[in-house]
Amino acid sequence: MNKLSRLKGILPTIGPGALWLVIFTLVPTLLIFYTSFLQRDPHGWLSGPFTLENYRRFFGISESGIDALYLKILGRSILLGVVATMVSVVIGYPFAFFVARSQHKNLLLLLVVLPFWTNFLIRVYAWIVIFQRKGVLNAILHSLGFEPVFLYPSWTAVYIGTIYTYLPFLILPLYASVEKIDWTLLEAAYDLGAGKLRGFWHAIFPQTLPGLVAGIMLVFIPAVGTFVISDLLGAGKTILVGNVIQQQFGSSRDWAFGSAAAFVLMAAVMAGLWIYARRAGEIGMEELV
Amino acid sequence: MEQRRLFKGKRTRTPGGDIIVRLEGVRKRFDNDTSALNGVNLEVRSGEFFSLLGPSGCGKTTLLRILAGFEKPDAGRVEIAGLDMNGVPPYRRPLNMVFQNYALFPHLNVFDNIAFGLRMKRLPDIEVRSRVDWAMELVDILGLEKRKPQELSGGQRQRVALARALVNEPEVLLLDEPLGALDYKLRKQLQVELMNLQEDLGLTFIYVTHDQEEALVMSDRIAVMRDGSIEQLGLPEELYERPSSRFVAQFLGTSNLIPAQAVGEKEVDTAFGRLRISKKLKKGDRVTLSIRPEKVRLSRTASLQYNLVDARVDDIIYTGAENQYLLDINGFELVAYTLNSDIQEPGFEEFDYDEKIVVHLPEENLVVIHE
Repeated sequence: MNKLSRLKGILPTIGPGALWLVIFTLVPTLLIFYTSFLQRDPHGWLSGPFTLENYRRFFGISESGIDALYLKILGRSILLGVVATMVSVVIGYPFAFFVARSQHKNLLLLLVVLPFWTNFLIRVYAWIVIFQRKGVLNAILHSLGFEPVFLYPSWTAVYIGTIYTYLPFLILPLYASVEKIDWTLLEAAYDLGAGKLRGFWHAIFPQTLPGLVAGIMLVFIPAVGTFVISDLLGAGKTILVGNVIQQQFGSSRDWAFGSAAAFVLMAAVMAGLWIYARRAGEIGMEELV
Repeated sequence: MEQRRLFKGKRTRTPGGDIIVRLEGVRKRFDNDTSALNGVNLEVRSGEFFSLLGPSGCGKTTLLRILAGFEKPDAGRVEIAGLDMNGVPPYRRPLNMVFQNYALFPHLNVFDNIAFGLRMKRLPDIEVRSRVDWAMELVDILGLEKRKPQELSGGQRQRVALARALVNEPEVLLLDEPLGALDYKLRKQLQVELMNLQEDLGLTFIYVTHDQEEALVMSDRIAVMRDGSIEQLGLPEELYERPSSRFVAQFLGTSNLIPAQAVGEKEVDTAFGRLRISKKLKKGDRVTLSIRPEKVRLSRTASLQYNLVDARVDDIIYTGAENQYLLDINGFELVAYTLNSDIQEPGFEEFDYDEKIVVHLPEENLVVIHE
């Protein structure tokens, strides 16, 4: 088949999706990339000429040395993303098996999805009600005779809120993989002399890899860029790179610097995923793509 | 043994050495009541090709899974190579299994699949390589090392599954309908290869199948199972020529079953008259006579005084190698096969629709079933 007729064949299938992605993802991304080299004029509009000033400011490079303010904020975001992802895996991995092997799997899946029926903001506000000084948690602790804890506002609250919000995104794709597991492979591994642990590692774990990889990406990417959760549960005292970007596009009206920060974040996430993909091995990615 | 003189096997049967697998009173119940076992006793000798044959749900796969250690028997004793297997997990049992759907690891290539068992034993790489090469050559798949299972044909997957088990040199190889998913030609070819392999290596095979022809072709001994029990156990010729129950007579090949009542020492009455049989019966005994379609003799003229019945040709089925006649004997249906050899001599001739012919039921071919 020549190239033209091949194109005709695949156009109806990937055409609409490709068009959507070009208009709503590629073009805006390029626009932001373009903006990140512009400057803010005194009225808050964008103006030329092209400059690297925004990137210089983000990395804090100046003649007097390096001011790592924004890099530290970026580091905090990545730390949050990594920790939230790891905790989600620790909780979600066994849970996905529990759901898949349970008699009430439909009910359990419903419970996993149920929070999505409520607005995201309201769910985060609910954590404030739980964590605040005279909140639900302290009322329970008090009635049990414990000292009160002050979790709102705090980094702990931000971490808990992030894990709570994104855990279902890990469980659902992982469950899809666990559900499809061919358990005779485990028997085959036992038959060939693998014990419980090695049987799981060689026969079951590889089968869950596609779901695990998808889940990790679905948790890590939004967790790194979150700003609502840190805004609410940190009460403005926990600054993440998401907050920085939001402020630039909002109150500070410096779209150029915001665009640069967004691009650095994107580069960092992509680099992280690239390293992770290489470590996780080719198998999972192959099956995912 | 009398049977062995009577019916010469086409292939040398391996009578087997010492007993390597022994089951005593093995019971297993499942909640959903299927594939249970009701006290199975069984002895398999080393070097034997032993088949478990039966329809689905008869418990043959359950029996195999109990041997492999994937199921625990509710009661009874399992002994392999002289050791009690009670509480021994699958990974410590001196046997390997070829699974029905092969159960190859999809994320490992052919080499790594076959090497799996050796690596679990932590053998050095050099030994792993040489033994995997040996196994691959044995099943004739050299050159496929780097392929993934999903890139192989059904027959190739079957060979990989076999190599993966054989490379561990198990005392006993369990095979769970290994050829079930393959097409007829390939199945025939692999049957012969499996038999040769088993003979060359002197391995003990325990082979589960629901295909009676496969079991007859391949096995040294067969246990026919039904509803969780062994119905009959013996040489393939024994089971075919001397079925002990109506179930075995009908499950292995085709049988004409004729209800009969003994009237004399070696004489019975049937729906179409008096027949002589070769076995002594007590007068009044109600039995079933079984005769194989190919042992029924058809002719145009009567040549003997007894065991002759008049019949009408009701239908003829042409199957290529043989003609299958559906005969009507006063309302009783009898099936007879004759070779399509184009010889028009008495005993070989071909007949027409509605032709009146004489059927000879030779007394030595009428098997008495007490049921």
